[in-house]
Parts: sequence; C-alpha cells; structure tokens
Amino acid sequence: MTVIEARQVVLSFGETPALRGADLAVAEGELLAIMGPSGSGKSTLLHCLAGILVPESGEIHFDGRRVDRLGESGRSRLRRDEFGFVFQFGQLVPELTAQENVALPLLLNGVRRAAAVAEARAWFGRLGLDGLQERRSGELSGGQAQRVALARGLVARPRVLFADEPTGALDSLTGEHVMDLLVSAARQEGTTVVLVTHEPRVAAYADREVIVRDGKVHSLTAEAIA
Amino acid sequence: MTVPLTLLGLLEREPSHGYDLKRDYDAYFGRGKPLSFGQVYSTLSRLARDGKVVISDLEPGEGPDRKRYVITDLGATEVDSWLTEPVAPEPHLQTVLFAKVTLALMLGRNAETYLDTQRAAHLRRMRELTEIKRSGGLVDALLADHGLFHLEADLRWIDLTSARLDALATEVRS
Repeated sequence: MTVIEARQVVLSFGETPALRGADLAVAEGELLAIMGPSGSGKSTLLHCLAGILVPESGEIHFDGRRVDRLGESGRSRLRRDEFGFVFQFGQLVPELTAQENVALPLLLNGVRRAAAVAEARAWFGRLGLDGLQERRSGELSGGQAQRVALARGLVARPRVLFADEPTGALDSLTGEHVMDLLVSAARQEGTTVVLVTHEPRVAAYADREVIVRDGKVHSLTAEAIA
Repeated sequence: MTVPLTLLGLLEREPSHGYDLKRDYDAYFGRGKPLSFGQVYSTLSRLARDGKVVISDLEPGEGPDRKRYVITDLGATEVDSWLTEPVAPEPHLQTVLFAKVTLALMLGRNAETYLDTQRAAHLRRMRELTEIKRSGGLVDALLADHGLFHLEADLRWIDLTSARLDALATEVRS
C-alpha cells in the first residue's frame, strides 16, 4: 500500500528548474533510496514529500491527504505528528542535552516531560548511547551525534522517516554503524524510510533505489536485468 | 595462483593434515567454492615435490594413512614474500563495460539505458553483499566489503560516463 506519493511535481528555484514532473510512490514500510548527481533535485523531492517545500504544480499525497494543499501550519503539524527527520549536519539543539534533544519531538507533541524523558532514555539503550544522555552536541563525536539525531527522528514513532545524506559527514565505519541502526530500528518499528544519498554503499541498505536525473525520477529496479 | 600459497600459509600456523587444511580453507577462503579433496592433495604433492612442504609422519587408520604436512624454510620464505609484496594494480582499461558503452555510442544505440540497467544490476549485488554483512560475522563482512568497494568504483565510473555520454558520442562518431 502506498503511503506517500509525488505526482508530476514541478518546482523551480528562480529560473532554475529543480523538479520537472517527478513521480514517486513509496509503499508502507518500504526503505527507499533516492540517488542522483549533485543538483539533480533529489533533496528537493524529499523536501516536497515531507511538506517542507510546496511544489508549483503537481500533487503530494500522504495517507490519502493532499500535502500540497495544506497551509504552513497544517504541514508543520503533519511533519510533527507523522514524520521524522535525519539530516547530514547541525541537527541537534546545542543548548539541550542529548536526552532533551531526543525528547524534543515528544514534548512538542504534548507528551508530559517525565514520559517524554523516559521514552527518550529507552532509545539511548537501543542505539548504544547509554551514558551520553547528559552530554551536549559539542561533547559528542560525529557518529554519536548522528545516532542521537536518529533517536530523535524515531522517538515519536513517525509513519515516515526522511533521511537526507544521514552518513554524509561520517567515516565509512561509523556511517555503516549508523545505517545498520537506522535500518534495524525502522524495520522493528515498521517505519517507512525515504533516504537521499549519493553513496551506493548507503543505498544498498534500501529495498529499492530510484535515481533523480534532470528533475525526473527514474526507476532502476524495474529496468534491472533478470 | 592463491590456493597453493594459501595452503602454505595455513601450514605456517601449524603442521596439518590435508583434511584440516581443506576445512580451514573452505571456512575462511572458499566462500561457496570449496576445494575438492583431489585439489588439496594434488596441490600438497606439488608443494612437496618443490620442497616447500615435507611429510612429517604417517598415521595409520581405518582408511588411507593420514599424512601430516610441515612447511619448510623455502615454503615459509615464499609465504613471507607473497604476503609482503603488493598485488599489481590492474588498470582494467578494456573492460566489458567500456566496450559496451563505446560500441553502443558508435552504433547510435541508447547507451544511457544500458548504463541504467548496469547500475541496477550493480546495486542489486551491493544489496546482497550488504545483507551478507549485516547477517554474518566479521570475516564475511571483510569479504563483502571488498566486493562492495569494487562495485562502488564501477558505479562511480558509470555515473561519470553517464554525465559524459553526449561528448563521448560526438568523439566516437567523428
């Protein structure tokens, strides 16, 4: 069953077209990798799917709802309630401890502080972060910070996790560890994952890959030789 | 040839019977391509003929006598040289991928579709290797990584070639 879908999405930045009729459907529980060269529009597509950007034309559907027709507050609520995010850089709030960072989505969703902290603490064990709860982002290694970001992306049990180059700033071994944890956690939670990456070794963790080229989505698997 | 040198290397750990050598080879290096007993014993015979191993003793049993093989100084020197010398980097200038793309462009065919199909096949193999890594031990991961990095290098070439197809077509058709 399709959970999120882009239909003929078009979006330009000034005179520069980013998406020129992009079509993409992601199934519930699927782990999809969006690949493509720099500037191909892959991150723009992720931002449209996630309701961060609104396309000039075309449609974005999530669970039967038209995301592109929602106003700013509606999209903000959708992102808060249904989506999780992991990006490449600068995701943690530096003034908060790691544990407070992870609890943040729950607190924003109205969960009481004690319950939010307890839920956040459980993720530290799951992602091998025990003992780091009180550290701030400046006191974490890149891999640790990314695991905290992953915990924060998953703590509210989102329907869809959007990950944009989640290992882009990490060395190979650390990146591999983060991907292992991301895939395991998403599978356990049944979370759909939309992953943007230019690294084939990261895309190889996905169930399926598509490539964005010149603002359009090309399915690779369907064309694969038997 | 890595089989004789690998068997020699295994013998450098400790003197062993052919059966034990086959078991260890298959466990660490065979990976779906186990050695036959015939290959093990013919290789050990050649190594003995060349003075790289000797037979230390015979153990009588119900079947054929079991021979215990011991590496010689000559064999150990060969293992040492093999392990310290780099493998000659292979430029792979005449790969099938290169030939297919160039020929497709010369013939005015759709090289981009071919590259996409190849990319999909590479990624599918990378998914399989990633699954082996995730479900296996460290030795499996080491071997899978070797395959993954080589496939990734091919994919980089495929990406770069995709970006250059128009210019390449002009050059090979001129």
